[in-house]
Amino acid sequence: MNAIASHGAAVHVVNCGKTFPDGTQALSPASLDIVAGETLVLLGPSGCGKTTMLRIIAGLETPDAGGRILFDNNDVTATPIEQRHVGMVFQSYALFPNMTVAENIGYGLKIRGVGKAERAARVAEMVTLTNIGGLENRRIDQLSGGQRQRVALARAVAVRPRVLLLDEPLTALDASLRDRLRSELNRLLRELGITAIYVTHDQAEAMELGDRIVVMRKGAIAQIGTPREVYFEPQNRFVAEFVGAANIVEGPVAGGRLTLPGGWLALNDAPDDAAAVAMIRPETISIIAEGDAFLRGVVESASFIGDRQRVIVTGAANRPLTVDAPNRINVRAAERVGLSIAPDAVRVLPKED
Amino acid sequence: MRDRLIFAGQLGFTLLVAAFLVVPVILSISAGVTVNYFRGIQSGVTLQWVVQVWGLYKSEIGLSFLIAFATLAVTLVVGVPSAYALHVRGGQLSRVIEEIITLPLAIPGLAIALALLLTYGGFGSFRQSWLFILAGHVVFTMPFMVRSVMAVFASVDIKTLDEGAASLGASPWTRFRNVIVPNAMPGILAGSLMVITLSLGEFNLTWMLHTPLTKTLPVGLADSYASMRLEVASAYTLIFFIMIVPLLVAMQMFADKSQTR
Repeated sequence: MNAIASHGAAVHVVNCGKTFPDGTQALSPASLDIVAGETLVLLGPSGCGKTTMLRIIAGLETPDAGGRILFDNNDVTATPIEQRHVGMVFQSYALFPNMTVAENIGYGLKIRGVGKAERAARVAEMVTLTNIGGLENRRIDQLSGGQRQRVALARAVAVRPRVLLLDEPLTALDASLRDRLRSELNRLLRELGITAIYVTHDQAEAMELGDRIVVMRKGAIAQIGTPREVYFEPQNRFVAEFVGAANIVEGPVAGGRLTLPGGWLALNDAPDDAAAVAMIRPETISIIAEGDAFLRGVVESASFIGDRQRVIVTGAANRPLTVDAPNRINVRAAERVGLSIAPDAVRVLPKED
Repeated sequence: MRDRLIFAGQLGFTLLVAAFLVVPVILSISAGVTVNYFRGIQSGVTLQWVVQVWGLYKSEIGLSFLIAFATLAVTLVVGVPSAYALHVRGGQLSRVIEEIITLPLAIPGLAIALALLLTYGGFGSFRQSWLFILAGHVVFTMPFMVRSVMAVFASVDIKTLDEGAASLGASPWTRFRNVIVPNAMPGILAGSLMVITLSLGEFNLTWMLHTPLTKTLPVGLADSYASMRLEVASAYTLIFFIMIVPLLVAMQMFADKSQTR
């Protein structure tokens, strides 16, 4: 695999903001350091600035004055994309309809003046790597969505870029194909050991692919962390609710206990606070006998969804709690239940201004 | 039974419409090879009129083709990059420029010619050369080229293709050659077809702009209708057909090929 593996560059985004000519600020000045070889995911809802950030790193947009982009320690801010030596996968793939699959994959090499024989060898290597054998001489309009996605990836990787940039590469595909390609993409990124920056609005994609995730909101960075950090230790309510399902509860904290309408929860070393906000993931809540519990509520509904059942419990907190319960336990609507939550599963969120 | 009736009706109607268009052409062409038009085809068939027209109007025919291909060259070199720039840049200014380019479509040819005469009439050598007619034809045909190329750009997301090629290391000029032009080909061919036929057949503008030494086919045709035997003018039409039909067929075939690729 070493023949294919490229030495990825470290990328430094320094104070990059973007204001469009009409005055809208797509990105407020932000800084990011991307380690060589890591996969960094920019995650957020549409309009959060993640694509703008990617396009600034790619060289398709210039940052506002004061912003700088460094690849390793070279300042590339003024370098146009064609000289940055990046690879890019577009949401619409941007494959050239006037070329065959093989010509598409080999285009970057041809531009770089790689000889015919070496080019053919590298294209063949890419074709094997991305599992598109037999399609080399097809035209782009003869390919399925999944095949196009693979060709786009092969084309971007063929030039051994310093940084691989992916702009929602799986969004245009249907759900089952998306899942399959996601794990394939994951394997490929690990194998290549390339620096990759991946933009998505899909938190499952972000979790599976990212070494680190940058959660973005309204043109600013809401949190940077590993998938586990972002999931288990969100720094604010937005991250808690955007990444995975979350119950947000409010109540006073005193003496390491969070008091709620239906009882109380033990916390791990939380300071006293008259109005604390905490997050609890649905799968960390267990349903137990009412008598054994310090927190109680009434089942409002229980829906069986195969691998688990989603139970809504009212009365325990100031708003209904969502509980992911095992699929075999028996709960009925209007039943009184007890809830058990481990102290480390309750995350008190930092104060927001 | 009913289907067959409908089919027969449609066929009959189509043939009728075709005949309406084709019969005058056939009559005109046959007049061109008739010894005496007033006595009809019985008077005999001859090529003398065709030979006579060729002898008299060789230079007009040559000039027409020279102007048509020069017009095509200018509209390609100027029109395709302009269409690209207008598409990629977008915004208010681009729309205004596009409207201005399109304006000659709405203005009568005579008015354009008059404007050109008022503006450049004083530049003697330019006024007297065929380049003056070329300028008129370029103004008149440019919107057809720009519009048909822009229509293709709008349908293939050329901006993202351009960015894709840039991400692979291609310089702007390389991108234009390898990606933009090949993918705009259907529009470029359709535009070229329009430009050539419009230029070859253009009369209004050309009639105003021409000098005795810079006459094109349609202007010569008008002259011969006005001043010579009907047979001569008809022979002229015949020559016009012989020249333009193969050209049209060739370009159409070329366009079909690039579309079904």
